[in-house]
Amino acid sequence: MAKNSIDTQLVQLGNHSDEKTGAVSPPIYLSTAYKHNGIGQSTGYDYTRTKNPTRAILEQGIAKLEGGDAGFACSSGMAAIQLVLSLFRSGDELIAPDDLYGGTYRLFNQYADSYNIRTTYAKFESAEEIKALITDNTKALFIETPTNPLMLEIDIQLFADVAKEHNLLLIVDNTFLTPYLQRPIELGAHIVIHSGTKYIGGHNDVLAGLVVTKDADLSEQLQTNHNATGAVLSPFDSWLLIRGLKTLHLRMKQHDINAKKITEFLKQEPAVKDVLYSGLGGMLSFRLQKSEWVAPFLENLKLIVFAESLGGVESFITYPATQTHADIPEEERIARGIDNSLLRFSVGIEEVEDLIADLKQVFDILESEV
Amino acid sequence: MSNSKESLETSLIVASTRGDSERKTGAVNVPIYLSSTFHQDSFDDFGPYDYSRSGNPTRDALEKTIAELEGGTRGLAFASGIAAISSAFMLLSSGDHIVITEDVYGGTFRFVTEVLPRFGIEHSFADFTDIRAIASAIQSNTKLIYMETPSNPCLGITDIAAVVELAKSNDCFTFLDNTFMTPIYQRPLDLGVDIVLHSATKFLSGHSDIIAGLAITKDEDLGKRLAFIQNSFGAILGAQDSFSLIQGIKTLSVRFEKSAQSAQKIAHYLNGHDLVETVYFPGLPNHPGYETHNKQSSSAGAVLSFCLPNRSIAKSFVENVQIPVFAVSLGGVESILSHPAQMSHAAMPKAEREKRGITDGLLRFSVGLENVDDILMDFEQALAIASKQYEKVGI
Repeated sequence: MAKNSIDTQLVQLGNHSDEKTGAVSPPIYLSTAYKHNGIGQSTGYDYTRTKNPTRAILEQGIAKLEGGDAGFACSSGMAAIQLVLSLFRSGDELIAPDDLYGGTYRLFNQYADSYNIRTTYAKFESAEEIKALITDNTKALFIETPTNPLMLEIDIQLFADVAKEHNLLLIVDNTFLTPYLQRPIELGAHIVIHSGTKYIGGHNDVLAGLVVTKDADLSEQLQTNHNATGAVLSPFDSWLLIRGLKTLHLRMKQHDINAKKITEFLKQEPAVKDVLYSGLGGMLSFRLQKSEWVAPFLENLKLIVFAESLGGVESFITYPATQTHADIPEEERIARGIDNSLLRFSVGIEEVEDLIADLKQVFDILESEV
Repeated sequence: MSNSKESLETSLIVASTRGDSERKTGAVNVPIYLSSTFHQDSFDDFGPYDYSRSGNPTRDALEKTIAELEGGTRGLAFASGIAAISSAFMLLSSGDHIVITEDVYGGTFRFVTEVLPRFGIEHSFADFTDIRAIASAIQSNTKLIYMETPSNPCLGITDIAAVVELAKSNDCFTFLDNTFMTPIYQRPLDLGVDIVLHSATKFLSGHSDIIAGLAITKDEDLGKRLAFIQNSFGAILGAQDSFSLIQGIKTLSVRFEKSAQSAQKIAHYLNGHDLVETVYFPGLPNHPGYETHNKQSSSAGAVLSFCLPNRSIAKSFVENVQIPVFAVSLGGVESILSHPAQMSHAAMPKAEREKRGITDGLLRFSVGLENVDDILMDFEQALAIASKQYEKVGI
């Protein structure tokens, strides 16, 4: 059979997994333990932390979607990052972009303080810039693209070449685009990370993280650590992610269309200073002309939800200064472009005209108060 | 299949995993099949599952479990206790007549008095603690005698074997709502009852976290007829809730034994309290159904009702107790106190209610798994406050 397109792979995930009953939607195995028929006769499942039949469908599914070797489902996006960090030892160094998710930044600081695993921050604008920062201790480049919240694109292939040349791992957080719009392993990345809570789950109803490895050696190390540290995803949450993945292509297409239309709208809106959009996906950021407009802007939204998180069917606007990036000292935060007038918009899949109407009525209020 | 030497306590734990569905992974617990449809390997020879309403592997495990526990051949799981009860009533036809206990649960009362008449199915109520009253309510078109024993909320006891004999001589079916006893304390199919019904929301699941109903038959043909109704009406239990219920059943015996022991102590305590007018509990020797109940059941269960002098005293008691949840429902790990006049029997007209002993001062208590001494102390303080109020008003 020819390899199915990603759309078909998504829809069919978990189908044909249960030969006995023929269930189209895979069952949720809450069983923690699995019977052995005799000494040394494991069915492949022993204890659910190590391997669970429902989670295995998700893990194999995401590995295939990302074009990798193996997948690991974790209890949150941060648990997924922590699993990847378990590959490093004291003295190792990472290089990451200035514009990084606040939770990852916080975790990196903690690893520096507690384990002497340090991160150097850079703009990731050119190969030379990064090469100049590489030391004997550098073990990996850790990037997000587009970045959060400034939506800067980082050239995965370019930095894959740098990583290869210096024998580094390239780790890519692919949360914002998902394998539907971007497959970093095909571009040379070694590890892909997801906050599965976002587009993969897609319904703001499950907290999850995913890791995909490029090769068997990494898979083996992560398999050991995944089981040893135990931050695994529950079977029910695994099932929800499988279910979410079945509509990922439809959702991503609509997020992308809506985000493009909203970008156009915001660009011609006088109350908006600038719009940051990478040109792909459902995430954008924008700055209001005045930071004192942020509070009334958020308070007057009727349809769009003022909330942290992103990637769900519902539109969310987040205020990075006090929400996602509150852990970065103000001076440093502003220096990184995350100033007090910046808002991040996770564009949902509502009718885009309704979203625009909601924004319009808020801008009318702001402008009438001027 | 069940091993005849195996005790019911063991069956509770292992019955759900007797199916061979889990040889593949060896899972100790049944997986939750949310799939609505199933692949068919052959063009004209369909597998055991095609569409989840008609049959679902998780629900199947539950249905086989309850059938085994009740000593039946067929178990069927429904979306609620009333869904199970109303589906079973659908075995009747226009022109048929039911003789039903006057002490019946309010929801069943509502179905029988307001819904069934629209289909031309008539009913007569009778005092089911009196076999002669039941016999005299039987008509030429009576097709069903419907029992609840112990009944709700006054814990009236019906002689199951006597009713079965009466039904057989009149060519009637017998249904019995076994919610208050569960199969660990009372097995009506063994006494000849045709269909056993449960609100599995109560003791069977036990954690106040799902709504579910069960029906069990011994006769295979009757089981098939009821399965046809289950599929054609479609009030089935979902896979997730079926799983929760399977898990709940595993601790039924430890939960229920503990609750029943506590209920016995609480009933004795209330029976000796001056403010309490009557205690309805089949574990008290002064209960009129004590002997009959002991003959057909192995425990008095964990629900009791007691009568306080009037509504305002009952209100004072409810407002001052700390431990029980004041709520409808019963059979959970938490003790639940309810006021039948306003809750389970609100659908019944006041005159009908009072005729059945469901006065405004009646409270029903479902004993949970808290420490019984804590409950007794709590009752003591709340009854002391209520007593003071009663004396004041009395003066």
